[in-house]
This record gives sequence, structure tokens and C-alpha cells, in this order.
Amino acid sequence: MNYNWNWSIFFDQSPEGTGTYADMLLSGLYWTIVTALCAWAIAFTLGSVIGVLRTLPSKTANAIGTTYVEIFRNVPLLVQMFLWYFVLPEMLPRGLGDAVKQMPDAPFYTAVVCLGFFTASRVAEQVRAGIQALPRGQRMAATAMGFTTAQTYRYVLLPNAYRIILPPMTSEFLNNLKNTSVALTIGLLELTGRARSMQEFSFQVFEAFTAATLLYVAINLVVVVCASLLERAVTIPGQR
Amino acid sequence: MLSNFDFSVVLTSLPYLFGTGMVFTLSLTAMAAAGGVILGTLLAMARLSGIPGVWHLAKGYVELCRSLPLVLVIFWFYFLVPYIGAYAVGSTTPIQVGAFPSALITFTAFEAAYFAEIMRAGIQSVPKGQTGAAQALGMNYWQTMSNVVLPQAFRNMLPLLLTQTIVLFQDTSLVYVLSLTDFMGAASKVAQRDGRLVEMYIFAALVYFAICFAASFLVRRLQRRVAIIR
Amino acid sequence: MQFVNARRGLAAALGLSLAVAPLAAGAEDLTGTLKKVKDSGAITIGYRDSSVPFSYLGGDEKPVGYAMDICYKIADAVKTKLGLPKIDVKLNPVTSATRIPLMANGTIDLECGSTTNNADRQKQVGFTNSHFLTATRFVSKKSSNLHTIEDLKGKTVVSTSGTTNIRQINEANTEKKLGLTILPAKDHAEAFLMVETGRAVAFVMDDVLLASLVASSKDPGAYEISKEALSKPEPYGIMLRKDDAPFKAVADEATAKLYTSPEGKALYDKWFTQPIPPRNINLNLPMSDEMKKQFTKPIDSPDPAAY
Repeated sequence: MNYNWNWSIFFDQSPEGTGTYADMLLSGLYWTIVTALCAWAIAFTLGSVIGVLRTLPSKTANAIGTTYVEIFRNVPLLVQMFLWYFVLPEMLPRGLGDAVKQMPDAPFYTAVVCLGFFTASRVAEQVRAGIQALPRGQRMAATAMGFTTAQTYRYVLLPNAYRIILPPMTSEFLNNLKNTSVALTIGLLELTGRARSMQEFSFQVFEAFTAATLLYVAINLVVVVCASLLERAVTIPGQR
Repeated sequence: MLSNFDFSVVLTSLPYLFGTGMVFTLSLTAMAAAGGVILGTLLAMARLSGIPGVWHLAKGYVELCRSLPLVLVIFWFYFLVPYIGAYAVGSTTPIQVGAFPSALITFTAFEAAYFAEIMRAGIQSVPKGQTGAAQALGMNYWQTMSNVVLPQAFRNMLPLLLTQTIVLFQDTSLVYVLSLTDFMGAASKVAQRDGRLVEMYIFAALVYFAICFAASFLVRRLQRRVAIIR
Repeated sequence: MQFVNARRGLAAALGLSLAVAPLAAGAEDLTGTLKKVKDSGAITIGYRDSSVPFSYLGGDEKPVGYAMDICYKIADAVKTKLGLPKIDVKLNPVTSATRIPLMANGTIDLECGSTTNNADRQKQVGFTNSHFLTATRFVSKKSSNLHTIEDLKGKTVVSTSGTTNIRQINEANTEKKLGLTILPAKDHAEAFLMVETGRAVAFVMDDVLLASLVASSKDPGAYEISKEALSKPEPYGIMLRKDDAPFKAVADEATAKLYTSPEGKALYDKWFTQPIPPRNINLNLPMSDEMKKQFTKPIDSPDPAAY
């Protein structure tokens, strides 16, 4: 392959003047992680609520939950990103729209909200599956003990459901982390975006992408290890 | 702002959006899904083969693809494929690979990792006794696989394979980052040229929604039918 | 990236037919891109979505423009040089960020757009005779009252990723401690949109592209282009692969012939002083003295001082 490898490029100063190319990639990694965590906070909370809605006896609650999941699951993330970034501010009243646009770090907030809502639809499906996987007797037993619906979910169904769905939730979390890269299209300076800028400035395409690849693999490993530790920590002794 | 809407821009660009963009998206989806399922099945078989080296390699490939964002993989392949091609045919200069073949290779290779996981579950869903029975009848590995295991694995996994294909259909929109003219690329080119973002992006969202919703509805119906058979 | 040896072994790359059939007489003397074109009968041109009026999507979403016309001339010259009855011109979209890797990896043979020819890029790719000269400035809304680079202090600006301009604004940002937030956009239209929709206060780009974007915007009167420039007028060149002298010679000869003939002047006028598609806007940019000089005696130097 006739390509001039230059691995020491990472120690060269980037033209942004804020440090070396390695610093540039690490700042990308930082934004990837921060965006993923903030988006996950929204996805987990909202997804749990929607998932629960879909298991409630109420028809209205079901319909709301189903509609949400269908809408957010059937539109590509990139399109959703553009809707939040370019379309939403135009739909708001002028003053508010302008304020939204001029927010510092607008791509970051947009990415967090967009990813949060997108991933919530996936989390909701997992939560629903988890609750439905529980033996029906659990809900009945809780009702028989005089628990309200809220108490049934809080003390009986959800604690069990979350334990069951921990492995699929880990992969949803990883998907969420990877999906932050779509936000480069709205100008978020995350890891893939930084690798791309590094390639543009230095012309060392493959070094930049190799480094980004290794960083992604590394965060994946960290997440997988943390998830298995968490799984061990929350296992109910004697169950399964 | 609603008074400013001008949906005529959507109307006049329909031939471009569908004739060029949607054709690109659909052919990319169909071909990448077909290629991905084949490659994915081979990967799944390799991973279940238990042959040292082979299954490690298959596992490594699947895990690597699954830990990388598609956007990064798209960049990787667009720039790398001509060099791989040159290496494959022993040329000293990179060979020319057009935008569509390059995107096709990217999506086939990437989605194969996801299809592989589905097919692995599918192969494992076929009871062991059947493999044993096939071997007792004197079938070799390939005969057992192609006549007994894989047909059932495909049937059991069909809904999941189709759902993954819908995901693939949505994912193809990411070729936007390369400025290729898929449906989303076409929509954004018109949107930017005419300054009609709101109309074009809403329209694109509606089209994607309609297609994916209808497709996933059909998959669910199919799932119910497959479930009865089992 | 560099093609250390572009001189051999291409036959295998271009398909089995060539590997088995002996090459046509004379083909052995050809190297690099010329050989590739001869063998495949096709040349691939990289075009841009929104580099008005150099290379952009016209009314029917087909790429048109000043640089595209020049490239078709080069393709013609290649055809004549190779003595082929016809050659197939393939088109491949590129962005500022993808054009250099795609040139290096052989996806495109000629890049026809608004690529600045500078010494840095000469290490990666080659350029034929320059076809335009332009300086880096910024466009902003008149209402935001921004005239100098200092005025941008602390604000959000946008530029197109992969351009010399984003590099210059980054350098200016560090040098003058402006505290800018610099958004990278995929293409010029997207970047201009950021200013139009208020996502960024200014778009830093080559002034000619800014002028075209303003002229084709919904309300051209609402924007102003800074008087202050971030760079000297820099040359644009049609990009080709590095170290491919025979191909460059054909391109240089074809462009020199075009620029010095009345046809060159007419071509310039067609795109810069007459209404252009898709909306019949007239950019009104008569030829500058530097450009007149360039069209009398075309050069391919990356040095702005040479013009």
C-alpha cells in the first residue's frame, strides 16, 4: 500500500493551536462521553416512563406509549437530528427560536435532547419487554397485598424488570454512545468529527481513523466491564 | 412561520427525490441486506464452528464492528476500499471504486456483523438432535447446514432479519456525510439550494416514517404467522 | 499519501479482461491517470454540491459550473491525446473534507471545484493552471453589524470543514485570542444556512463563494461581506494526482490553450458576468487584473505572490 504512514503525527501541534492532534482526539472523546451520558439520563428516565405506560391497564396510556415508540423508532436518527436542529427553532415563536439558535454549545444541547428522545423509544421497548417477562403472579400478588399501581411498579415490577433487562440495556447504552457520532452533522465536535478534522488538517487519514477506532473499542470495553460488575452487584442472591 | 411554508418545492423536486434519491436508498438497502445476510450467515457459522483461529476471527470481526459507530466505518471504507482492492489484486496503485459500490461494500460488511448475531441465534435455535439425525443419515457439514439447519434458522429468524433490514434502511441515510445522493442526501441538497429546510426535512421525515411504519407493521404480522407455525 | 510508483501494475487493477488480453499497442508507454483512462475508457470527475459558480448542482440537479466546463475541456484533451473515439466522463460528488483522500485513493481523477492550490496541499496532490484567485473573508447579516475580525470576538462562526479557510480562522482565533466557537459544516450551502438561520453569526470562506451564496440567497440585501480579508488572494486549481507528470502536462496544455484563447474569456463571462442557472442570477464579477494576467500567461504556482 503506497501510503506514507506517520504515527508521530499525534504529537504534532494541530492548527487549532490548542495542543497536539492527540489532544484534539481526546477532547473529542470527552464530548462523546459527556453527550452519551447526558442523553442516557434523558433516555433512561423517559424510556422507563414510556415503557411503563405501555404496560398499564389504561388504553390511553398504552396509545400514548405506542405512538411515542412508533414515531421515534421509524424515523432515521440523522433526520431527527436535522428536525431538532434546523426545523424546531423555525416552528417556535420568533424570540424563543432565536434564543435557542444563539445558545452557546447549541449542537451539544441539540444532540443530547435528540439522542435522549431517540434512545428513549428503544429503552421503552426493553422496559416493556422486561415487565411483560415477569410472571403475572407478581403483579397479582402486589395487588392482593393492597399495593397501589404506583407501589406495585416501584417495589415489585420495576426492580425485577431492570435486573432482567440489564444486558440489553447495556447494548442500548453502547448504541447511544456510538450514535453520538451522528451529531457531527450538526457540528458537534465529538470523536468521529475530531478524527475527521484531524484527517483534513494533517492528511493522515488512516492514523486518525485508527486512533478513533481504538478509542471507541476502549470505551466499549470499559462499558462492558462496568455493566458486568453492575450485574453482579445487583443480582438477587439465589435468583436464577 | 407556518404561513411561510412552501410545499411546492417538495412537489417540483419529487422526480429527483424519488427517481434518484429513493432509488439509491432502496437499491443500497436491498443489496446490502442480501449481501449482509449471506456474509453474516458465514460469520455465524464460522463463529459456531469451534475451529480455533476461525471462530476467534469471526468473533473479533463481529465485536469490532459492533463497537464502532457507523459514521466512522463509512469514512473508513470510503477512503480505504480502493487500497484494499489494490492489495487484493496485487496492484501497486489504488483501484477505482465508485461511490455506490463503496457504500455497498461498507454497509454489507458493517451490517453483516449484526446479521451474524441474529443468524447465530437462529442456528442455535435448531435443536441439536436434528444435526445429529442429519449426520446419522450420512450428510456432511455443508449438506447438514444447507438442507437442515439453515432453512429452519432463516425461517425462525425471518422477522428479526427483516427488522434489522428496516434499521439498515434508516442507516443508509448516513451516506449524507459523503455527499452521496440517497433520499436524505437528495432532500438536503434541494433544501440547501432553495433554502427550504423546514419543508424538505419534514417531508423526508414523513416519507421515512411511512415506509418504516408500514414495513414494521408487515413484519409484525409475519411474526405472528411464523409464531403459529412453530 | 503518495503514489511512490504509479508506473506499473495498473492493468491487473482494471479488470480481468485486461489481465488476460495483451495491451493495445502504445499503451505500454502510458503511465498513471492517462493509462488508467486509456484502459478503462473512462475518466472520473469529482464535483461539488454548492461551490457556485465553479461546480454546483444546477436546475435539474446535474453538476454545472465554470470549473466543470474547464474539466470537460481537459477530458476532451485527454481523449484526443489518447486517440480514443470517445471517453466516458463519470461524475462523483465530493466535499471539501473528502476530496483529497478520494483523489489519493483513485476514486476521482480530476477535482473540479474551488480547491485552493497551496504549498501544503502540493505535498498530497497536484494542481493544473489556476482558474481563479480569491481571498478569505467572512459574510454576516448586516443587522449583526460585524465588520472586522475583531468584531467576531466570543461569537460562533462557521466554516466548511476541510478547507484552507477553516484552518485560517482557527489560526487567527489562536493568534488574536478571539475565543471563537468554530463550527465545521459539511458544505458551503450548509455553512451559509447556519448564518441564514442564525446558528452562527459569520461564515468564513473564499470571498467569491460568499458573493455567490449571498447573490443566490432569498434576501441578498441582508448580508455583507467583510472588507477585511484573512488571507491574500489565493489561487484555485483543478486538482489531480501528485507525481503524474504526463497527465498534468495534458491538463496544463489544455487549460493554457483555453485560458489564452477568446474562448477562455467567454467562459469566464458566461459564469461570472452573465445570468447563471438555476435562478438566472448574475454575479457581476468582471475579471480582475490578476485574473487577466493569469489568462494571458497561465501559471500553476501555489504562491499568492506569483499572481
